[in-house]
Amino acid sequence: MAEHVKHEDHHGPEFYIKIWALLLVLLVISVVGPMFGHRILTLITAFGIAIVKALIVAGWFMHLKTEKKYIWYMLMTMLLMVFMFFLGTASDAMKADGNNWTNEAAHKLIEQHKGSTGEAHKP
Amino acid sequence: MIFWFAMPVLIAAFGNFLIPLMIGCDDMVFPRINRLSFEIFFLSVVILIASFLVPGGGFGGAWTAYPPLSAKAEYNLTPWGSSLWLLAVALEFVAFLLGGINFITTLMNSRAKGMKYTDIPIVLWMIVIASILFMASVGPLIAGAIMLLFDQMLGTGFFDPARGGDPVLWQHLFWFFGHPEVYVVLLPAMGIVAEVITTFSRKKLFAYKTVLFTTIATGVLSFFVWAHHQFIAGIDPRMANIFTVTTVLISIPIAEMLFVYIATLYGGSIRFTTAMLFALAFLATFLIGGVTGIFLGASGADIYFHDTYFVLAHFHYTFVPIAVIAVYAGIYYWFPKMFGRFMNEFWGKVHFWGTVIPFNTIFMPLFFTGAAGDHRRIFSHSNFPDLATPGLINLRILATVSVIVLIVFQLPFFINMFYSMFRGAKAGRNPWNANTLEWVAASPPPHGNFEVLPEVYRGPYEFSVPGRAQDFWPQNEKA
Amino acid sequence: MQTPIATGRSVTGIPTGRLAVWWIVGSEIVIFGGLLMYYLMLRHKYDFWAESSEHTNTAAGALNTFILLTSSLFIVLAHYYAERKDHIKSFKFIWFTIAGGLGFLCVKSIEWTNEIMHGYTITSQLFWSFYYTAAGIHAVHVIAGMVIMGIISFDVLRQKNMHRVELIGIYWHFVDIVWIFLFPLLYIAK
Repeated sequence: MAEHVKHEDHHGPEFYIKIWALLLVLLVISVVGPMFGHRILTLITAFGIAIVKALIVAGWFMHLKTEKKYIWYMLMTMLLMVFMFFLGTASDAMKADGNNWTNEAAHKLIEQHKGSTGEAHKP
Repeated sequence: MIFWFAMPVLIAAFGNFLIPLMIGCDDMVFPRINRLSFEIFFLSVVILIASFLVPGGGFGGAWTAYPPLSAKAEYNLTPWGSSLWLLAVALEFVAFLLGGINFITTLMNSRAKGMKYTDIPIVLWMIVIASILFMASVGPLIAGAIMLLFDQMLGTGFFDPARGGDPVLWQHLFWFFGHPEVYVVLLPAMGIVAEVITTFSRKKLFAYKTVLFTTIATGVLSFFVWAHHQFIAGIDPRMANIFTVTTVLISIPIAEMLFVYIATLYGGSIRFTTAMLFALAFLATFLIGGVTGIFLGASGADIYFHDTYFVLAHFHYTFVPIAVIAVYAGIYYWFPKMFGRFMNEFWGKVHFWGTVIPFNTIFMPLFFTGAAGDHRRIFSHSNFPDLATPGLINLRILATVSVIVLIVFQLPFFINMFYSMFRGAKAGRNPWNANTLEWVAASPPPHGNFEVLPEVYRGPYEFSVPGRAQDFWPQNEKA
Repeated sequence: MQTPIATGRSVTGIPTGRLAVWWIVGSEIVIFGGLLMYYLMLRHKYDFWAESSEHTNTAAGALNTFILLTSSLFIVLAHYYAERKDHIKSFKFIWFTIAGGLGFLCVKSIEWTNEIMHGYTITSQLFWSFYYTAAGIHAVHVIAGMVIMGIISFDVLRQKNMHRVELIGIYWHFVDIVWIFLFPLLYIAK
């Protein structure tokens, strides 16, 4: 079971170290992002960079780039299922009001917590 | 019943037995992980049984475990039972994930030389697609189960509205898995029926590729229908509309598969062995289960039917064909391979009629009592004057008596099975003259399955090929 | 016991072990994905969680990200050396990776101790419940990875089953990727 396709091995240790350095740069950018204060910028740097980092790790460290295509499709399908779950559930769980309903418990909680930071308290 | 009967028998038992034999290899690719998955499953059974013996007794929250009932012991009155149950379910999920990976990898990688994807018997496709469906759907529920366990044991508030949680979220987490789950059990059952029908009508499966693609389509669609279990839970009505459409749509591929099976039977040379009788009964009864699902899939009608016995009758008309009738078909069919002996046909037929007739007289009346308003999960309807009419009471009595009859008629099966294991008429390697590779191995197969690992030259359903002297053509025969 | 012939076959061209690990990664995607989706939905509903998440320790989170990324590098190198049959170097790098995992757990322990002392416990508020649960499940996966790596490393030292370095590597990278998403979720996007 140790057959490895030859063309996977043409990357030496230096290549992987370069990838690692790139990942660290991205990490720094994502940490610095919130310091600018723009919410959109923060979200882009935080999550956009997360996606880029994940793709880099997957592609180069996990050798997904040289793997058979359908493994990639299988993983994307699993991710798609996660989003399907989100889509079907979000309209019920994501907001505290709808067109004709309000979630009283959620509103009460929001009122209660204005200004608190979540220290332990008796529920 | 789903977790500890239907799935273990249909997927784990039949899968472990059939997959290596039918693809012509000597074992699963990961025998030790296979054993680990059994041991974890066994542990889950022990924990489940233990949950009945602890103070308070077994979990009081139904298999759907909706919070807040399931989260707070003050509501469900079973503090130990609820956590033990959840733990047993979680362990079982791990066992099935491990087993599923074994099945998928074995089917993908270990096929005999010459076996293309379209030469694989349909039952194996079904078991593996079911494993994939299980894998892709169980994730959110595992996350949810951990959250519920923390709610129960640590007092977190994941599903407690007063603490910010949302019980409807549990419902979504659960049913996102729960709906694909029913297809997880349906597919292997349909696969078993396909094998039995083709062998005992001496005909090719009417449309192999159609069945394959329809199965995949069903699997995909099954991820888009889950909220039809939540129509009256207060979900967004726009979502309810969408889920109604998808739910009604999913009946189409299943119906298509039933049509393919009927077309396979048409013009065939039918042999009414016990296995065949059960397979035919599957078609007839599952059809009823399927069409009654349409009533429930329409959100408008479901508002009335939800939580009545109509639902119960619907899902028993689907689950009993899946987990009982198709399983019996499989047992009678593969028993000669498993034990090298035949089961007794006369008692098999007694068992058949004694199962199928009472099954119908149990659940058919429940459609009517449910439509009349019988609520689920209520001990007795005698306090509801509208429901205590003689007509309805008689229906309930009919159903109850039929349960007793049904149980009694399982005795011939068990006696038949255990007696035949030791004293049944001897069976050779291929007693039914079938084509697939499991019939090449000795009966019962030795360790390693095959003396010489077979190679494959054609598809699995080459029956009654014109011009040939024999009406079957085994996959491994050279030409 | 004898490895079955079935394990050695490879009709797809992918070695069986690797195929299996990819499917494991697939199933874990849905598990963590479900958990994270739950968080996203409720975070949107309860904007006041922003005040709680101010109190997560971004420095600790960033340090942990750095540690995990570096340990991912180490396991890739371990795989590189395993492919060249250099079992000594491979063994060393596997243990560097395990050390990385240990470092991650240490930072986490200190971080959590600090937070619990301030009263942010798993039951104090739903944000914190989620925070401890998600990072906790992740940490369990880290521990499992470390244990398996340890077992594989001793086989590698005896030059057996070297192909398994790649397999545990894929798993470890997945654990790293989960953290790559948990980090912004819990520490940055406040």
